[in-house]
Amino acid sequence: MRLSIHHRTAYRFSRPQDRLVQMLRMTPQNTHDQTVASWRIDIDCDAKLREGRDGWGNAVTMLYAEGPLTELEIAISGEVLTSHSNGVLHGMSEPLPPAVFLRSTEVTMPDPAIAVFAASTAGGRETLPALHRINAGLHERFTMDRSRPVAGLTAGDAFAAESATPRDLAHMFVVAARSLNVPARYVSGYSLLAGEHRPTPHGWAEAYLDRLGWVGFDPCSGLSPQEDYVRVAAALDAAGAAPVAGSRLGEGEERLDVDVTVAEA
Amino acid sequence: MGNQAFDEILGAGGGAPSRAELAALCNWIEATPREELRRRQHAAEATFRQLGITFAVYGESEASERIIPFDIVPRVFLHDEWARLSDGLIQRVEAINAFLDDIYGERRILKEGVLPEDLVLGNPQFRPEIAGMRPPHGVWAHICGIDLVRTGPDEFFVLEDNARTPSGVSYMLENREAMLRLCPELFREFRVAAVDSYPDRLLEVMKSVAPHGVSAPTCVVLTPGHYNSAYYEHSFLADSMGIELVEGADLVVDDDMVWMRTIAGRVKVDVIYRRVDDDYLDPLVFRPDSALGVPGLMAAYAAGNVAIMNAPGNGIADDKAIYSYMPEIVRFYSGGEAKLPNVETWRCREPDALKYTLDHLDEVVVKLVDGSGGYGMLVGPTASKAEIETFRAALIAEPHRYIAQPTLALSTVPTLADSGLAPRHVDFRPFVLTGSRGVQVVPGGLTRVALKEGSLVVNSSQGGGTKDSFVLMDNGPQQTQTMGQGQSQTMGGMTQAQGFAPMGPAA
Repeated sequence: MRLSIHHRTAYRFSRPQDRLVQMLRMTPQNTHDQTVASWRIDIDCDAKLREGRDGWGNAVTMLYAEGPLTELEIAISGEVLTSHSNGVLHGMSEPLPPAVFLRSTEVTMPDPAIAVFAASTAGGRETLPALHRINAGLHERFTMDRSRPVAGLTAGDAFAAESATPRDLAHMFVVAARSLNVPARYVSGYSLLAGEHRPTPHGWAEAYLDRLGWVGFDPCSGLSPQEDYVRVAAALDAAGAAPVAGSRLGEGEERLDVDVTVAEA
Repeated sequence: MGNQAFDEILGAGGGAPSRAELAALCNWIEATPREELRRRQHAAEATFRQLGITFAVYGESEASERIIPFDIVPRVFLHDEWARLSDGLIQRVEAINAFLDDIYGERRILKEGVLPEDLVLGNPQFRPEIAGMRPPHGVWAHICGIDLVRTGPDEFFVLEDNARTPSGVSYMLENREAMLRLCPELFREFRVAAVDSYPDRLLEVMKSVAPHGVSAPTCVVLTPGHYNSAYYEHSFLADSMGIELVEGADLVVDDDMVWMRTIAGRVKVDVIYRRVDDDYLDPLVFRPDSALGVPGLMAAYAAGNVAIMNAPGNGIADDKAIYSYMPEIVRFYSGGEAKLPNVETWRCREPDALKYTLDHLDEVVVKLVDGSGGYGMLVGPTASKAEIETFRAALIAEPHRYIAQPTLALSTVPTLADSGLAPRHVDFRPFVLTGSRGVQVVPGGLTRVALKEGSLVVNSSQGGGTKDSFVLMDNGPQQTQTMGQGQSQTMGGMTQAQGFAPMGPAA
């Protein structure tokens, strides 16, 4: 499948900013089932861009812009060729051993209610079916909330609600998998299912299985990601894989607008 | 406990001075009137107060600034004792560096099963954010403070490694200044190795680890600011080295390079001696709410454009849970047995060790694996029943967070107490420097003394004081330290190369 992606991120500042430094995790990498045909990052001001890699192995682009700046727009456009992989990640270089992904973070702290849910949903001893049941279980349990997620919301608090964003569902899956001692991580990227003009990129989860390696699970669909997904970055939680980690020097408020469109090319 | 302890000046048990080499010091102690010792001690403390060598005590209701009490009676290491200690310290620090290089790189030590994987990979002190990044020249632990205790003439144990931002070196230097000024006769009697070259050595180390291709590196000291309890030391070190003391806001990262704002414009920075914890170094990578760090600093580091000392991620090497494996770590990287032994340690995460600890809570010392400064610690023999029961509950609830060690009969040094001279327990923090040209041990260090009778807790936050630490030189040609004319003895005034031998590069 050939997917076309447009991802616009616009910051507007109530006062001019002296400097902006941002770390962008906005570049997908080639894997066995994902080939980046074209990819551009356009910035609407004089910014210096530097390519690098973070400790998780994600491609990062450092953005350095001098002010005065009242706005900044990052426009991503690209096309990616994908193939069917049954959700299994092949051909990705992994700088860290899977056991690192048993660690928790502030928003993915172990949660008793999620652990009970995981244990009761998992069923048998086989890990892969257990994870599929948890994935489907989360999908059934929550109605989808497509608005922007609340910053800092923990998986435990999100689990107590009736609706959830993709990010929070993925966090819940990660916490559930780790409660069964299965390494799990958050993945950011794009999904055709999410459709046009979404306020965020998509997010799902991956879990590590001894024989298969990393396998994707998307509680939004209750299924594993297929060829209509583009994988961009992964980390212990959404913040670690966030498309933008930024810092600005200057006073005033900022307004963020994000518009993501994924289509078949 | 106190009466069994080895006294480093008087020798074993009271009475006969079995340490003949130090007879002159005993004579000095005997011959100098107590009031005179006390007068000198007060003079030293007055100087420290005037200089502002203060620290803040955590957990006290009023934000109090205190000086650390100073004791006028020095602690002395004989030349050959020091030579053996230095060998052990160099071996240990080389192993710490090799461990860090491995654990953030190939992880051979995990693949070969020397350490349990989860102890490292699940440890909050292991920083996956920097995996695969390597500091310039492969040096991680540029400045180590290795805390030692002594129980007999030849019995030294490592109590704790400090490979992050060890503090206390300013006390080593200021204590020596005070002793030179107040007790010059001791330096005529003993050939004491000088410590005043420390800032020069440190600056040399900084320059040596500059990114490749930088010929005249710009070095700075990065402080969290004047609210930090060790701010005096930060400004003292920057001053002594003649380099800038900066806060995060003074630095900017642009184009993956670090720049310092000055009135004359931007200056590129090549080496940062940071006294800011990892968590606060770069809000883009670590805590996003940190205002103490520099946004983009880790990108500059990953690109190889700046050296950060000590390197980010070092906490995994001095973690107390890892500590118990240091003998294995030293063996793994050096190929030999550790010359400096560890204190026997029960890892409470292991059921047998937990059982032993719970059965002997009134005998052992229990520590939090991630605690420091004497907080979160139980000293069984001096603890109340209630304290013991509190720890028992905590241990049962979260055993993996604790280790236990036997209560050692720490050595004593005569100390000027209210009642007169009396033995008080001491520990020792030597400072070990590692640059691109190898590891060196400064001939001196920080002796901490538990001022309360019988107390084994030497932390300054818990009522500890400090002493000068003499390292005696070999019987070479006579070369004594003398006071300069007048009062203003400067750090650069005394120079002695002996006793500070740069070692060859790590294997």
